Amino acid sequence: MRHFLYAAVALAAFSAPVSAETIAITGGRVVIGDGSAPMDGATVVIRDGNVVAAGVGVAVPAGARTIDASGKWVTPGVFAGFTRLGLAEVDAVNGTNDKSGGRSGFSAAIDIAPAIDPFRSPFAVNRSAGVTRAVVAPEAADTIFAGQGAIADLGADSDAVTKPRAFQFAVFGEEGAANAGGSRAGTHLHFRAMLREAQDYAAGRGTFDDELLKAEDAKALLLVLRGETRLLIHVEGANDMLRLLELRREFPAIKMVFVGASEGWRVAPQLASARVPVIASALNDLPATFEMLGATQSNIGRMKAAGVKVAIGMINDRDSHQLRYTTQYAGNLVSLQRVPRATGLSWDDAFAAISSVPADIMGVGDRFGSLKAGKVGDVVVWDGDPLELSTAATTVIIDGVEQPLGNRQMRLRDRYARPTEGNLPKAYDR
Amino acid sequence: MAISKAWRSAYLVLPLALAACSNAEGPKSASSAPAAKAAEKPPVPFPSTYKAYPGVATAIRNVTIYDGEGGKIDNGVVFMSGGKISSVGGPDTAIPADTLVVDGSGKYVTPGIIDIHSHLGDYPTPSVEAHSDGNEATSPTTPEVWAEHSVWPQDPGFSRALANGGITSLQILPGSANLMGGRSVVLKNVYARTIQGMKFPDAPYGLKMACGENPKRVYGSKGRMPSTRMGNIAVNRQTWIKAQEYKKRRDSGKEYTRDLGMETLAGVLDGDISIQNHCYRADEMALVLDMAKEFGYKVSTFHHAVESYKIADLLRDNGVCSAVWADWWGFKMEAYDAIPENAAILHNTGACVIIHSDDENQIQRLNQEAAKAQADGRRMGINISDAEVIKWLTYNPAKAMGISDKTGSLKVGKMADLVLWNGNPLSVYARPDKVWIDGALMFDASDPKMRPVSDFELGQPGEGDVK
Repeated sequence: MRHFLYAAVALAAFSAPVSAETIAITGGRVVIGDGSAPMDGATVVIRDGNVVAAGVGVAVPAGARTIDASGKWVTPGVFAGFTRLGLAEVDAVNGTNDKSGGRSGFSAAIDIAPAIDPFRSPFAVNRSAGVTRAVVAPEAADTIFAGQGAIADLGADSDAVTKPRAFQFAVFGEEGAANAGGSRAGTHLHFRAMLREAQDYAAGRGTFDDELLKAEDAKALLLVLRGETRLLIHVEGANDMLRLLELRREFPAIKMVFVGASEGWRVAPQLASARVPVIASALNDLPATFEMLGATQSNIGRMKAAGVKVAIGMINDRDSHQLRYTTQYAGNLVSLQRVPRATGLSWDDAFAAISSVPADIMGVGDRFGSLKAGKVGDVVVWDGDPLELSTAATTVIIDGVEQPLGNRQMRLRDRYARPTEGNLPKAYDR
Repeated sequence: MAISKAWRSAYLVLPLALAACSNAEGPKSASSAPAAKAAEKPPVPFPSTYKAYPGVATAIRNVTIYDGEGGKIDNGVVFMSGGKISSVGGPDTAIPADTLVVDGSGKYVTPGIIDIHSHLGDYPTPSVEAHSDGNEATSPTTPEVWAEHSVWPQDPGFSRALANGGITSLQILPGSANLMGGRSVVLKNVYARTIQGMKFPDAPYGLKMACGENPKRVYGSKGRMPSTRMGNIAVNRQTWIKAQEYKKRRDSGKEYTRDLGMETLAGVLDGDISIQNHCYRADEMALVLDMAKEFGYKVSTFHHAVESYKIADLLRDNGVCSAVWADWWGFKMEAYDAIPENAAILHNTGACVIIHSDDENQIQRLNQEAAKAQADGRRMGINISDAEVIKWLTYNPAKAMGISDKTGSLKVGKMADLVLWNGNPLSVYARPDKVWIDGALMFDASDPKMRPVSDFELGQPGEGDVK
């Protein structure tokens, strides 16, 4: 029976950054992640934490540790486009759930970074499924601005936050209306009024109207107003997206990214011409709400075809625990290519939608999301097509460091592989 | 989208505003029915009016067949006529004249997929409060309610389950707020104007029961019993004692007063109504099995059953199925020990496995969930053939619902409920190409007219879209 020392490893060996070794992954089918076609028999070299080369005929540096990937696939790690990773151990156990800080009295100022706990089990479980980076957002409560989200890595170390305060998160549509007094009119009014208050605060006006914002909230919104941080907005309906595009014209510096966007296909030309990128839910196809009447699994394919920059995310869809669904969702979009009248993604584009595209949308595409030279060494070796259901990650490298792949679920699996008790109770079996 | 509505049953967050009720234990009588005599079994009310739609004699040939009972035929032929499976065999199987022949080259045939745990219709989309009809959360035991009286036949979810999931039959359950949540209803996945028009003819009823967190939280938060797991069992046992007394009186030949809840429970004790028991934890399942022995009933299936792997031997020995997800985990405390190898360990131990959804989205890809569970087993050294895995979605749920004599496998004489997939259904790249129910073509991916559109979606954005 295998024994996984992941907890001890995480606490001891990786508590300080490990100096990354030189690794050469040879002989695999290599996917760069930028939408280009896979290359067979290629080599990926990682040194000092970064990818230094990936391609056919790349030489293995002297002294490199070699990982034979013959018959396997090598890709950038999955960049999960929208999650609540590390914000909950058990969703329904309040003490372990840090998703929403809405009752703190603050809104935009909330910084989720210190709540992201890499020792929570979703890190290990999703790491072993090949997810290496994630966009982590707070949940909104009682306000349209939920606070500042982060980009995290899934490395087995004590430092999960790659980039704190990487974006502000806001909610529009039904959720936003509910948080702004019951009407979408309230959402738009709150949005304008809160941003104006932030401007008053910045101008040092004595008349700073702090009805809606505390000073800390105003500081956070100034970053949004100036375009220094992105504004991710949960919005599902076509009309809500169009009205947001209008609102954006009043605040032209704001870098909006739409999240969810189940009806995005209905306004795809407008999204494309406004150059608003989208982190969309891949498989919503039911009218769960009246703002999702047009939901279809062809949404992402149609937006992509119209020229929208679109990645896969999973807002409010088991987004704290099941980041491992990301590859399955991408695979489903590929399957649509063979459904008459449906619009899916090519395999290459589908993989880009869970690697380079979300990294680009979040403004970190220069560092993450592909195997181009110079990118951070987040690399996964898979025992088959990474979008196929039967495939597993066999090697996961984050920041150039090979990761342990054990987790608590595997310990339970091993204890109960044969459920009947032996000479001692199961409690002694470990 | 917001938290999936199906989580209202699995995860269940209920508004606390529901009126408290002083009746702490035992079912309430829903009505004071007139006195009845034993031996007069009243006719089943709300009978099925489902009738198979007309089909033409059709043969699919050159196709890979998974028969639903663990069999596989390469390059095979399935022939259906008169709404039934007429023959299944290899390439030499005779195809009568005047038969529509479908070429299945590169494609796969399975029996229609069956979901034993769905809330389509009683928690339909749109998930508005006005449609929230799955939990009669006003008393911990409500065996008197019937899910069919809550199911909205215009739920758009039925069409997605058909077109994307190949679902041909499904059991709609009440939610899990209550220890005894009410009767289930088994449906054919064919739209009708009335729920009677969807009811699977002569399918037995099930009784939804629930262990664990949900009942004790819902009623404990109202200051009522049960507020603990021991309260859960106590209320159940008190209720079963009453059911035994009711049955005794009913069977005595003397006059007795009908009681809707007691009729359902007596039906369980008679063996006519199956127990469909939401239960996550292994220790609680073991307690339920002993409670069933105490009162002389049998549990058909533990639903959700994320810890079944811990007692796979016990479940095997008791002949109880586990209806499970591939990998749901961590959303509530009793789901904390869920592992993706649950199904494989159960199968390997010889216990019955069913993959269920409890979800309007995952019902569209039960085949994919099964494939993930199969792969997780393979990685721990448990190899389960594709043909066996298909059984988790077809024959096993049919058996656990008491309809395996009619559907669930491709055997001659059974209902011609089957799916033609455009690839191996255990691949992420496969989708239903055509679906037949009782021999009638009800979905055809290549024909926009053969994609059902519920009343709700008519005239709406995306009407008739591929979804």
